[in-house]
Amino acid sequence: MKRTLIASGILMMLGTPAHAADDLAAIRQEIQQMKASYEARIQQLETRLAQTEAATKQADKKAEQADTKAEQASQVAAVAAQPAPSRESAFNPAISLILSGTMNHSSLSPSTYAIGGFIPSGTEVAPNARGFSLGESELAISSNIDPDYRGNFVLAMAPDNTVGIENAFVQTLGLGHGLSAQAGRFYSSIGYLNNIHAHAWDFTDAPLVYKSFLGNQYADDGIQVKWLAPTDSLLVELGAELGSGRSFPATTKDKNGTVAGAVFAHVGGDYDESNSWRAGLSYLGTGAQDRTYADVNATGAATSNAFSGKSKTWVGDFIWKWAPNGNATVHSLKVQGEYMHRNEDGDLTCTGCVASGTGAYNSSQSGWYLQSVYQFMPHWRVGLRHDGMSSGSVALGAGLNAADFPLLAAYSPSRNTAMVDYSPSEFSRFRVQYARDASRPTQIDNQFSLQYITSLGAHGAHTF
Amino acid sequence: MKLKLLFAMLALASSFSAHAALNILACEPEWGALAQELGGDKVKVANATTALQDPHRIEARPSLIARARGADLLVCTGAELEIGWLPILLRDSGNAAIQPGQPGNFEATRYVTLLEKPQRLDRADGDVHAAGNPHIQTDPRNIALVADAMSKTLAAVDVANAAYYQARHADFMARWRTAIARWETQAAPLKGVVIVAQHQAYPYLENWLGLKQVTTLEPKPGVEPSIASLSAVLNKLTTTPAKMIIRSAYNDDRASTWLSQRANIPAVVLPFTVGGTPAANNLFGLFDDTISRLLAADKAAK
Repeated sequence: MKRTLIASGILMMLGTPAHAADDLAAIRQEIQQMKASYEARIQQLETRLAQTEAATKQADKKAEQADTKAEQASQVAAVAAQPAPSRESAFNPAISLILSGTMNHSSLSPSTYAIGGFIPSGTEVAPNARGFSLGESELAISSNIDPDYRGNFVLAMAPDNTVGIENAFVQTLGLGHGLSAQAGRFYSSIGYLNNIHAHAWDFTDAPLVYKSFLGNQYADDGIQVKWLAPTDSLLVELGAELGSGRSFPATTKDKNGTVAGAVFAHVGGDYDESNSWRAGLSYLGTGAQDRTYADVNATGAATSNAFSGKSKTWVGDFIWKWAPNGNATVHSLKVQGEYMHRNEDGDLTCTGCVASGTGAYNSSQSGWYLQSVYQFMPHWRVGLRHDGMSSGSVALGAGLNAADFPLLAAYSPSRNTAMVDYSPSEFSRFRVQYARDASRPTQIDNQFSLQYITSLGAHGAHTF
Repeated sequence: MKLKLLFAMLALASSFSAHAALNILACEPEWGALAQELGGDKVKVANATTALQDPHRIEARPSLIARARGADLLVCTGAELEIGWLPILLRDSGNAAIQPGQPGNFEATRYVTLLEKPQRLDRADGDVHAAGNPHIQTDPRNIALVADAMSKTLAAVDVANAAYYQARHADFMARWRTAIARWETQAAPLKGVVIVAQHQAYPYLENWLGLKQVTTLEPKPGVEPSIASLSAVLNKLTTTPAKMIIRSAYNDDRASTWLSQRANIPAVVLPFTVGGTPAANNLFGLFDDTISRLLAADKAAK
C-alpha cells in the first residue's frame, strides 16, 4: 500500500514538467503530508495489532484452561456412573431374525427320500423341495431375566407356514464353581454339531448320520446341568441332561419321570496360538413307544410299522481349527468329524405286512462324517464333506419277515458334498453346494443348491 | 487311566489356586499389561487375545472358557468390542465373580469419554459401535484414566492387598506422567500431519497428537477394502494428499501396500496394542514404538 503510493508518487514526479517549480514544491509538500499521515495510521494499526495479538494469546490461554477443565469434568463424568436410560424400551430383550432361502435342483424327488438300511427319522430330513423354497425363518429373543437367570426363545417359521418353538429355555448366569444349568426346550449338547443352529452350519443340510440317528438335531424338553473343571487353560466340561423324549429317536410316553437322558464330556484347548481343538464323547439313552414309520411289504403294498423299545446312541466328536496367529480374517481352516453308534432293542409291530404281527427287533448301526472348510481369502470359503453310514446288523425276531421291511435291507449309504460360500459381512452369506447323495440303495441323487442366509438385529456371539 | 489323568489335572488346578495370586483374564493385551503393571506379583494375568488378532473377530475357544471359569477379575474394553465372543465366555464359565455388574467385571471404556458416538445406528453403516469408538488405548491419557479405575477395582476385588495396589498405582502414574511429557515433546513434529488409516482404529491417537486423518481404507468400519474402495481413496489423495498410511499389526498388509505404491507414501505398521511389534513389549514400549514409527515415516515422507 505504502510502496505503491510512493511508486505512483515517483511516477507522477517523473511525468511532471520541470518548469512547474511551484507545483513541484506543492506536490512535495502534499507527499510529505500524505507520508506523515500514512505513517501515523500505520503506527496506529501496528499498536492495534499488538493489542489484538495479546488479547488472542490471553483468549488461547483461557480456552486451554477451559479445555483442561472440560476434559477434567468429562473425565469425572465418565468415572461417575453413566446416566441411567430413562426409556422403558431400554429393557427390551435382544431380538434377531434369520432370513434364508434356497433354490434346489435334484435328480430324484425329495418326496421319495430315504436313507437305506435305517428306520426313517421323520420327514424333515429330506432334501429341500425342488425349485425355490424359503428356508426356516428364525426369530430369536433373549435377555437377562434378573441377576441370576437369562432367557432364550427361538421361534422357527417353516416355509409351509407352520410355526414351531425351536428353543425356549432359561439358563443360570454364573452359578459359581463352574456350574451352570438350564431348563426348557433346548438342543442337546451331545456331539459337536447338535446344538449349533442350522443357519450356522457350514453346509446347507445336516450330515447323514445326524439325519438318520437324530432326525437332524436332537432337541428335548428338560433340564441340563454342566460343570467345568477348575483347570487352567484346558477345558474339561461334564454335563448331563434329562428330558421328556419329544424328538427322534425317542418318543414321549404317558408316564411320570423322564424318558430320555444324556451325558457328555468335552475336552478342548489351544495347541498353540494358531491351533485349537475340542473333542467329546456323549451318550444318549432314550426309550421309544410306538415310533411309527411307513414302508411297503413284500408285495409292494403300503404298511405302517411301529418300534417300541430302547435306543442308545454313542457320539464321538472332534473339531480342530487353524488360523495364522489365531487371526481368521484372511485364512482359516476347520476340520471336524463325528462318529455315532446306535443300538436299538425292542419290538417292531407291522400293520399291513404279509406276515402281520409283532416280533423282536435288534439293531447295531453306525455312521460318521468328516468335513473340512477352508477360507482361502477374506469372505470366501470352500468346504468338502464325506458321509458314511453302515446299516450294521439288524435282527428281526420270529413273527417278522425281512421281505416285509425293504427299507431295512442291509446297505451302506454315503454322500460326498462340496460347497463354496461368500460372506460379504458377518451378517450375510451366499452358498453354492453340490452333493452326490447315495442315501437310497437304488439310485444316486445329484443335488445342487443355492442358498442365502442373513441375520438382522442383535449381534450374535460365535461359539467355537 | 483317564480317571487318573482327570484327578492329576484337578490336583494341578487346585495347586494353582493355592498360590492365591489374583487370576486376571484380560480381553486385550493392553489391559493385561496394565493389570500386570498395577498388580505386580500379586496377580496372574492371562490374555484372551494377542495383538495379531482382530479383537472384533474372536471365537469363544475352549481354552478361553476354561480361563474365564477360573478368573477372579475380567478386564475388558467394553463398548461392544467383545460382543461377538465375551457373552458366551461369561455364560459358559459358570463363574459368578465376573458377571456383568460384579466388581470382577471391569470395562475400561466406562472410565473414558468415548469419541465417535454414532448419530444413527444402522448395520448399513458397517460394524459400528453404539457406545462410540472402543479403541481407547491409543491415547496414553486414557490409559492413565483406566489405570486409576483399575487400581480401585483391584483393591476392591483383593482387599487384603489394597495398599500394595495403591502404592503400585502411584509408582506407575509417576512414571507414566513423565513418559507422556516425553512422548508429547518427541511427537511435536507430528502435529497436523495428514494420514490415512486402514480401520477407524486411531481417533484417540489422532486427537492426542494432532494428526489429521483424511479417510480410511475400509469403505465402512469392519468391511474389508476392495480395489474399488481403494481407488476412491487414491482419488481422494490427489486432492488432499496424505503423508502416510497407518495400519495395525493385525491388519492384512495388502490394502495398505497397494495404496502405498500408487500414492507413493509410506505405509506404517503400528503395534496398536502391547505385543504388536517386538519393541512394543509393554505399555511404555507401545507408545515409544508408535511414536518412533510415526516420526520415521514423517521423515521419510519429507
